[in-house]
Amino acid sequence: MDALLTPFQFEFFRNGAIAAVLVGGLCGLIGVYIVLRGMSYIGHGLSHAIFGGAVVAFVLQFNFYVGAGLWGFVAALLINQTVRRTPINADAAIGVVTTASFAVGVALISRYRRFTQSFDAALFGNILGVTLTDVAVIAGVTVLAALLIFFLYKQLLFTTFDAEVAQVYGVATAWVETWFALALAAAIIASIQILGVTLIAAALVIPAITVRLLTDSFHRMVVLSAGLGALSGLLGMYLSFYIDVSSGATIVLLQALIFCFALALVSRRDASTMQR
Amino acid sequence: MDPLIELSAVTFGYGAAMSLEDIDLHLHPGQFAALVGPSGAGKTTLLKLVLRLLGPTDGRIYQRTRPRVRLAYVPQLETVDWSFPITAEEVALMGIDHRLNMWPWPRGSERRRARAILEQLEIGDLAQRHIRDLSGGQQQRVFLARALIAEPELLVLDEPTTGVDMRSAENIFHWLTDLNRQGMTILLTTHDLNMAAAHVPWVVCLNRRIVAQGPPEQVFTEALLSETYRGDIVVIRQDNMIFAQQRPHAHGYRDVLPQPVAGGLPDHDSPTAVVSS
Repeated sequence: MDALLTPFQFEFFRNGAIAAVLVGGLCGLIGVYIVLRGMSYIGHGLSHAIFGGAVVAFVLQFNFYVGAGLWGFVAALLINQTVRRTPINADAAIGVVTTASFAVGVALISRYRRFTQSFDAALFGNILGVTLTDVAVIAGVTVLAALLIFFLYKQLLFTTFDAEVAQVYGVATAWVETWFALALAAAIIASIQILGVTLIAAALVIPAITVRLLTDSFHRMVVLSAGLGALSGLLGMYLSFYIDVSSGATIVLLQALIFCFALALVSRRDASTMQR
Repeated sequence: MDPLIELSAVTFGYGAAMSLEDIDLHLHPGQFAALVGPSGAGKTTLLKLVLRLLGPTDGRIYQRTRPRVRLAYVPQLETVDWSFPITAEEVALMGIDHRLNMWPWPRGSERRRARAILEQLEIGDLAQRHIRDLSGGQQQRVFLARALIAEPELLVLDEPTTGVDMRSAENIFHWLTDLNRQGMTILLTTHDLNMAAAHVPWVVCLNRRIVAQGPPEQVFTEALLSETYRGDIVVIRQDNMIFAQQRPHAHGYRDVLPQPVAGGLPDHDSPTAVVSS
């Protein structure tokens, strides 16, 4: 019991653990829609795009959350609109929009070298530096994104399953996609400090694909993926504390391990079904 | 009676290539119509224009707005993502107008209505099955259930019998006929000319433009179908039924296989069998 409670004596751990649970759950929830849309790479791309926005916000001495948020939202909308209005596939659109945006950040860093170190944290995450203000922002984003998905649940489900047919049945798919882009951009910004640009994609994708292996029901997938994301956030924080390894990397490695376990379980079940 | 949908001199093209030219089509309340024509004739494009999923390059599309036409669409099965984690009942429930219930979960009455429609389509016991685990005919009925739960005035179906066995196809056309008798307007595309001739009172022969439209007895002639399909179509009329078939071309299997002989088909050991070296 002591081993479970000891880390909570430290403020950095308390803040970090709350943030990791919220971010894990949020990424798990949003990841379901991303995986089912076949846009798994968007998390990786968008986090890089937002990195560009963060640098621009820094250079212009603008609020990080507002600057990076707007940049990410516009990038997500550009990707959606490119896919909807042109014959370009999602992966190509993500590649073009997000790498160009990332390049803006890299160019600015090379021009203004004085803040290179500040962006190490954005690239690789720095959970030890999570303040109460950060926790409040992450909690706010998580609640808003969860509310958005709660009240747009049916429209999002139909749009994700078949956007064209959803339109015929009266779903305002363009609005649904715009709101979802906003939620995705907000989730990535909230996650940057915990996981870092380089690891967000995994936190978005792994819980959703792990749960997809275990259930054929959309409703269960949404609940289980958010739960798995939150649980792996908490367990990852504990592991990271005791083995003294970067918390973002530990969370993602733990999720990858759970995925491998689920894959082995399903492969074994399928093999025994085929033998019968 | 005012039409639900009216297309006047509609032209549509993807880029420079024209898919549809000079289309005039009226759909009146209670009408049951089928679009027939070869692959690439523009049937699905025309459905999407009717559904306002596409806008015309030229011409005018009128859709009644007061009250607004309630639409439902059953797409081709091949466009469905079969790996999507969703059960038959969940698909059916998608058809319920989301504006009537803001909560993520369905009301008891909505669930009962979905069950009743699935029962009516004889797939009530499959409600909790994943859609991938159903046969082609059952899958088609799941998407028909989603359309019916929306209580549409105009039901649009894209090739509802493709990939479906003969008995299931017959059942689907029977259900559609019943729905039409209850007042529902139906527009569908099909490659099954015989089924259209037997069940649909109005057919539109389409090949980028409308070649002919009218009752199948008038439109399903060898001349009009051959013009529509740009092939040699044979039409046989017997016992008030119409059968249309593409005439086998010069290298049909009957020209290649040896003719059957008395006592059965030749086997590989017989001197008449063709042996390749």
